[in-house]
Amino acid sequence: MAARLLEIRDLHVGFDVYGGTLKVLNGVNLTMEEGEKVGLVGETGCGKTTTAKSTLSILPMPPARIFKGEIFFNGEDILKMGQREIRMVQAQGISMIFQDPTAALNPVFTIGEQLMDAIKYSSFRDRVSKKERRERALQALRDVALPDTERILENYPIQLSGGMRQRICIAMALATESQLLIADEPTTSLDVTIQDQVLRLLGALVKEKETSTILITHSLGIVREWTERVYVMYAGAMVETASTEELFSRPLHPYTKGLMKAVPKLTGEGIAEGVSGRIPDYLRPPTGCRFHPRCPHRMSTCEAERPPFFTEGGDHQVACFLYKG
Amino acid sequence: MIFLTEEIVTVKDLKKYFITKQGTVKAVDGVSFSLMKRETLGLVGESGSGKSTVAYVIMGIYPPTAGRILFRGKDISREAGRRPTAMKKEIQIVFQDPGSSLNPRKTIKQILELPLKVHHISTNEGRTEQVLALLEMVALPGDYMYKYPLAIGGGERQMVAIARALATNPSFVVLDEPTSALDVSVQAKIINLLIQLQQEFNLTYLFITHDLSLMRNVASRVAIMYLGKICEVAPTVEFFQNPLHPYTKMLLSSIPVISKEEEKFKPKKIVSRGEIPSPVNVPPGCSFHLRCPEKREICSQVDPTMVEAHEGHLVRCHMLPEA
Repeated sequence: MAARLLEIRDLHVGFDVYGGTLKVLNGVNLTMEEGEKVGLVGETGCGKTTTAKSTLSILPMPPARIFKGEIFFNGEDILKMGQREIRMVQAQGISMIFQDPTAALNPVFTIGEQLMDAIKYSSFRDRVSKKERRERALQALRDVALPDTERILENYPIQLSGGMRQRICIAMALATESQLLIADEPTTSLDVTIQDQVLRLLGALVKEKETSTILITHSLGIVREWTERVYVMYAGAMVETASTEELFSRPLHPYTKGLMKAVPKLTGEGIAEGVSGRIPDYLRPPTGCRFHPRCPHRMSTCEAERPPFFTEGGDHQVACFLYKG
Repeated sequence: MIFLTEEIVTVKDLKKYFITKQGTVKAVDGVSFSLMKRETLGLVGESGSGKSTVAYVIMGIYPPTAGRILFRGKDISREAGRRPTAMKKEIQIVFQDPGSSLNPRKTIKQILELPLKVHHISTNEGRTEQVLALLEMVALPGDYMYKYPLAIGGGERQMVAIARALATNPSFVVLDEPTSALDVSVQAKIINLLIQLQQEFNLTYLFITHDLSLMRNVASRVAIMYLGKICEVAPTVEFFQNPLHPYTKMLLSSIPVISKEEEKFKPKKIVSRGEIPSPVNVPPGCSFHLRCPEKREICSQVDPTMVEAHEGHLVRCHMLPEA
């Protein structure tokens, strides 16, 4: 049995804005074992990135506020750590790949400077020599299958294509030998053939380095092809989790089902309007189950009470009163 | 069965080059196709393939470098400012990002009124009614008239952009990635609305996108663009059952799908490699040969010509025997 790497318990996060507080995360629960590849899927504004940023302690506070919850990383609560310990986690524990590689790389420094900085930061206690940092940077670029690594080290981000920039970000995230990699929509800004290349490369690398990975995406197809277990998120909380195979063969939550219907398919049966309505206003979120205003199966309890996770065979859990008892 | 008889738009050997400091960018380099009434042609390609440039040249945002654009048989191969106003009324466009295609300082009413005023479609008295009718057409409540674009959701903004395009009662609409900035549930709503409007008003669509799965469900014909040229065109069903060009196969096998039934439509795994080269420096011969898994010697020397493999199924590849 693999050790538990990450456990997020009942995380509530809000953002103070003019006119009130946006209650974005509404009790997020997520667990992952060492070596797992977990997918986190949901639509724009459901809190995927906020969850990731909370885990990495890089939420801008203010305006963000963590009301309650715990984030255990290797058994220790990140939210109770001091600055030094948080820095250790950021340096060697968790690394992140962001959605837009153009924004994630600094335009006025060369790739080499940025890569070597990341390596320096992650190993600040070991005092790696400059020569060794350069060697490791070159190796990191070779790992992500980039040609002509010596030249790329001297290049600025603008001299490279989008696909290459994202490979650099992957190289940077993996060069630090972190235990956990959070990839936040790593291929959203890329074309489908480049996306395929980047995801295959990422898969091979995390397998080789035995890195545990959380892949955040809005694409159900990517989740199905890439992950072992999936969390479906809606309006700040998990609504369903199961092994990837189970979730795609037997989706249970009305939201998951609706999403799957709305995805355009190659079989060409037309596009069903899976989920009607729009995502809730986080200033005044719906009571009870946050999905109830859009749900085709809503009952009176849904408005009054928040559904807990019900277990539906094995590790398939669903937060919906339809599956109560 | 719909009879596709009346030709709405014909594009003949269209070219658009941009002169830059780095050299001439051949954004569109000899594209030909025609659109029949009530048809939806899906123009699919990766970023940098020139698909949006084709749309902009048809719209008259830029004049073409060479080639002809015919609208109902009349030549309109020039920029919009030099086209007759009555013709501009017939050709409309919906852009990708409704956040930047709608003026944030105008109300929805002002936005929808403008085309009505420009084309003298309504009188001052009847204008509010017409704006209401337009909003109703895209299933938005009437009080949205007094809202600003920022106050409504992304999907609703795109609905407004569609209403604006249809305000002049056009016969041809260019849809430039109208849903790629939106979530799938919102996309579903917009696509279904577009299909319904097409049937109601006999519209012809040129649908530009990078999403092949979406085209499977929307288009009647699909064309694939690569580096400024079309490499394969076929009716949708034929296209997905019998893709011929190696690039089409690579695209199809790269699509992440959500069920086993869909996987049957993906060709045997063709490992995607390489990137789309810079259009300043197009490789000689077939522009795809650097990435092609089936490349032969001839491919790096001679640019292939379009060959009709089956009825209506055109492919530009040396792998196919001359018909």
